[in-house]
Amino acid sequence: MTRKPVALVVVLAVAGVLALDTAVSAPPNPYQAPPILALGSGLAPGGAHCSAAGS
Amino acid sequence: MTDTMAAAGPVPAGPGGKSLLLGAALFAVCAVAVMAGARYGLLLAIGLGFGIALEGLRFGFAGPWRAMILRREPAGLLAQLLAIGLVAIVAIPLLAAHPAELAGAHAPVGWSMVGGAFVFGICMQLVLGCGSGTLVNAGSGNAVAAVALPFFAVGSFLGAYNIDWWNGFGMAPLVVLSGTGGLAVTLAGLAAVALLAVWFGVPGGARLPRRLWIAAAALAGLALLNLVVAGQPWGVVYGLGLWAAKGAVAMGADLSGSAFWSAPAQVERLRESLLTDVTSLTNIGMIAGAVGVSLWRGGLGSAVPGLPAKAWIAAIVSGLLLGYSSRLAFGCNVGAFFSGISTGSLHGWVWFVAAFAGSSLGIRLRPGLGLEGPR
Repeated sequence: MTRKPVALVVVLAVAGVLALDTAVSAPPNPYQAPPILALGSGLAPGGAHCSAAGS
Repeated sequence: MTDTMAAAGPVPAGPGGKSLLLGAALFAVCAVAVMAGARYGLLLAIGLGFGIALEGLRFGFAGPWRAMILRREPAGLLAQLLAIGLVAIVAIPLLAAHPAELAGAHAPVGWSMVGGAFVFGICMQLVLGCGSGTLVNAGSGNAVAAVALPFFAVGSFLGAYNIDWWNGFGMAPLVVLSGTGGLAVTLAGLAAVALLAVWFGVPGGARLPRRLWIAAAALAGLALLNLVVAGQPWGVVYGLGLWAAKGAVAMGADLSGSAFWSAPAQVERLRESLLTDVTSLTNIGMIAGAVGVSLWRGGLGSAVPGLPAKAWIAAIVSGLLLGYSSRLAFGCNVGAFFSGISTGSLHGWVWFVAAFAGSSLGIRLRPGLGLEGPR
């Protein structure tokens, strides 16, 4: 077996995650999206990061 | 990992194929920008850049540590330190000047943090892939990484689920090296590690090939873009845990028993689309970038190595532990080592020491688990 089917399975798995997400999550609203750059936006960073030390 | 090449060798994509790849990447970025917003399209593009730089220029974390420990070849480690230093020169002053808009990868040092980093170091050598490495290797058709990846996500979810319990073993106050003094200490620390690596390295081993200079500069540029666009540094592990958490919720799991996943910020992330999650977008971009580079080069024709059953079991267990331990360690090689140190967090340095020690053990365990192949 070559790497091709392995890569294909990985791509399909990522597509599956996105499909599941589309089914269970609120649809994104581009009209309420934050400015393209956080720097200079005046807004606090809202994303989550792996350095988050719990609650 | 090195695979046996198929008899015909790699056949790079033709002009039509390359145009198709570029068009697909552009389409995906524009589609996310239209559906979710320009920031999120840009973050996918940054993720694609990470994947292209890591796979295209063969820049990694686990491999260079292995080369340093086994063969005393420091070039790859020096390239990592260079990239981190380049980011720190810009990021630490930027964070000091814009504390309301930008956040560093800052976390406290604790017992479970140190233990998590040690276990991560073991496992990253077992599968020869760290946080970014597992994503990129999976995208380039590496079967061990592809098997480990879903378990990495589950482990990250479970680690976050229990993180407050583990934190109860004790944590020191948060220490951040900030401002000019913090930058000076960070750069001095990076220089000291580089000197140690050169000192212990084989003669002439410190010469960086051109690709590593380019890769270090590219990764530094992309990491800074990530910070400026997202307001937070480059990370990997949180996004993977979020994917598994969404899967668990979809299957009816109740996450209210977890202080982490039931916190308002996480409930919101679970409700919102992955197309608005920073680390999910850069993770997807990294996988897609690695797939794109592999298709561009024609590198998907090489054979998957035959491994014994115990090697596949080791890959599954390692994947699970990679995810779990990296949440306890407040990040992987990207979120803690690369982004932690480059944004002045002391935990990044402690993570490096603990994970490097774990890597020394992981390298010794690898042959016994059949991961060197059926020889």
